[in-house]
Amino acid sequence: MTGERLLQVQDLTVRYQTQMGEIHAVSGVTFFVNKNEVFGIAGESGCGKSTLIRALMRLLPDNAKMSAQSIEYEGEELTRLSEAKFREKILWARMSLVPQSAMNSLNPVYRVGDQVVEAIRAPKNVTKSEAREPVTQLFDIVGLQPDLMKNFPHEFSGGMRQRAMIAMSLALDPGLVVMDEPTTGLDVLVQERILRRIREIRSQISSSIILITHDIAVIAEMSDRIAVMYGGQIMEQAPANDLFDTPCHPYTLGLKNAFPSIRNLQQKLISIPGSPPTLLGAPSSCPFLERCPFCVQQCSQRNPENITIQPLHEVRCVRHGEAPLLREKASEKETWRSLN
Amino acid sequence: MALLELNNVTKHFEVRQGVLQKLQRQPVSLIKAVQSVNLTLGENEVLGIAGESGCGKSTTCLMIAGMLQPSAGEIHFSGKRVDQLLASEQAWYRRQVQMIFQDPYESLNPRFRVLETVAEGPRALKLWPEKEILERSVDMLSSVGLPPAKYAERYPHELSGGERQRVGIASALVMEPRMVVADEPLSMLDVSIRAGILDLLKDLASKRHFSCVYVSHDLSILGHIADRLMIMYLGQAVEMGPTWEVIRNPQHPYTRALINAVPVPDPRVIRPVPTIRGEVSRPINPPPGCRFSPRCPHATTVCQQAFLQLQPDENKPHQTACVRLEELSQTNQLAEASP
Repeated sequence: MTGERLLQVQDLTVRYQTQMGEIHAVSGVTFFVNKNEVFGIAGESGCGKSTLIRALMRLLPDNAKMSAQSIEYEGEELTRLSEAKFREKILWARMSLVPQSAMNSLNPVYRVGDQVVEAIRAPKNVTKSEAREPVTQLFDIVGLQPDLMKNFPHEFSGGMRQRAMIAMSLALDPGLVVMDEPTTGLDVLVQERILRRIREIRSQISSSIILITHDIAVIAEMSDRIAVMYGGQIMEQAPANDLFDTPCHPYTLGLKNAFPSIRNLQQKLISIPGSPPTLLGAPSSCPFLERCPFCVQQCSQRNPENITIQPLHEVRCVRHGEAPLLREKASEKETWRSLN
Repeated sequence: MALLELNNVTKHFEVRQGVLQKLQRQPVSLIKAVQSVNLTLGENEVLGIAGESGCGKSTTCLMIAGMLQPSAGEIHFSGKRVDQLLASEQAWYRRQVQMIFQDPYESLNPRFRVLETVAEGPRALKLWPEKEILERSVDMLSSVGLPPAKYAERYPHELSGGERQRVGIASALVMEPRMVVADEPLSMLDVSIRAGILDLLKDLASKRHFSCVYVSHDLSILGHIADRLMIMYLGQAVEMGPTWEVIRNPQHPYTRALINAVPVPDPRVIRPVPTIRGEVSRPINPPPGCRFSPRCPHATTVCQQAFLQLQPDENKPHQTACVRLEELSQTNQLAEASP
């Protein structure tokens, strides 16, 4: 970790206008990404992790409203850029996206190589043959034979398509690559190969990566720092080792309990009772309130503030001071059952 | 005696030919989805079947559930041959064996209320008088953790994924089956609620005394529910044994690679690099020998010709379908390269 800031997001909020009312999909999210760092965002469905990065990449649907105090990328304030300028200067060239189910994102009627060539040619004024050379290198980086460039997407397996998408995201040598569930739906051995490849790429080029997934194991293995999202907010963020050694938020504790490990078959799995909140209206209490075995009266009165408990370790919980006690209690199954 | 027994069960599918291929009288290619699988399942036992996509685990499942006829081999359930049931026995079998499906969003009828969904099976087979069916369905709902007063009249769209999967479990178990076939029942659910469904299945299996075939690609989950594991690769069973044994002490080169590839939720763990190469091919006209041999770092010409079939044997519960296993373990060649 060089410690040099690449991206700094301050107080990002996204609201969707729906027939039922206003959904606060992301509220008050603040985080940063350093240069040459993997920042993992973990969370379950509906926690706002995909909305967060769509807001970042300005790919939100029409019924969404986004506001942020500031989004600073390589020293440049992105909130002041117009949509057109953002697409021209930032998207793909300096910040790229490997979308969710990326393997279905390739155009089936074009050869895979040509699609990556197009990604290079679109913003830069280069000829097709000039663009071919870097594409050969990109294929090599992601571990695909260069002669596969002539193939169509249906001739690729899921893992190969995924790697082709990663190649495309690296086409313009961006400073930041955002990967939304890059290995979800792939087989373990293919996943293994892609994760290994992402790690290698990271040591070869100087890009930072934001990795979004629900898979705690993948995020543990890949990330330098991790943010845990729930109900549209970052509940806890910390360097990976800290988050796994000394988790503080009850939700993080619950997730750790619920996730099976192949190295520890005797571990008693404990699920978190209840289901995620609907996020209608602005948050007026802790979103985890209903599922939290440790909630006190204060939790329902206001949304807890983000508190830095040690450098780089932030948590949004009023009982952050009692973390060792909560950790001890959270490991008992009875604690979580009492809610039902 | 075992409740379920598969002897040499094989399933081949014909690849559909185009007009040109038919005119040229080209030979029909076969997808050999499942090849000569033997297995047994005891009473109250949970057998996990694991493997990557295309390994034949779901095809095996469908054959066990009686939804697909095997091309060769025999399936015995409680002493009867499943593939040769009389019409009158079909209803009996459909009650004894129930399935829990992968996708709780697709497998429930959106126009049926929860109680109707659960009562549908017993009604179709006329198991009990209507009043008793309703009583049993209501009881079933409370034992899967859905209080009937709150849930009985709801429609599927008013339920979360976990609640829907509970409805799926209730409608399978209300039939009082002796065996449940569960095909990836957790893969569509969020991490925080998976453990709850897993506990529920375990709990109900011991209270209601049914056996279970649990199919999944996720070895960490299988490690927590299955008593025994069978690992499949491209239609062949490569390793079988007690779960603990297979995960702690895997023998087959494929099983080793598979277990090493499972990510661990601990940032400090560094896993060894799998030594296998290439990608899974399709089981179209595969070679006669071990189908893993093209990817296996230890394969020789022997492997391309010979394939060991696993034979259920109480005295030898942990078995591996690798002809070179003895040779390899003696020379200690199986150890993976460190990263």
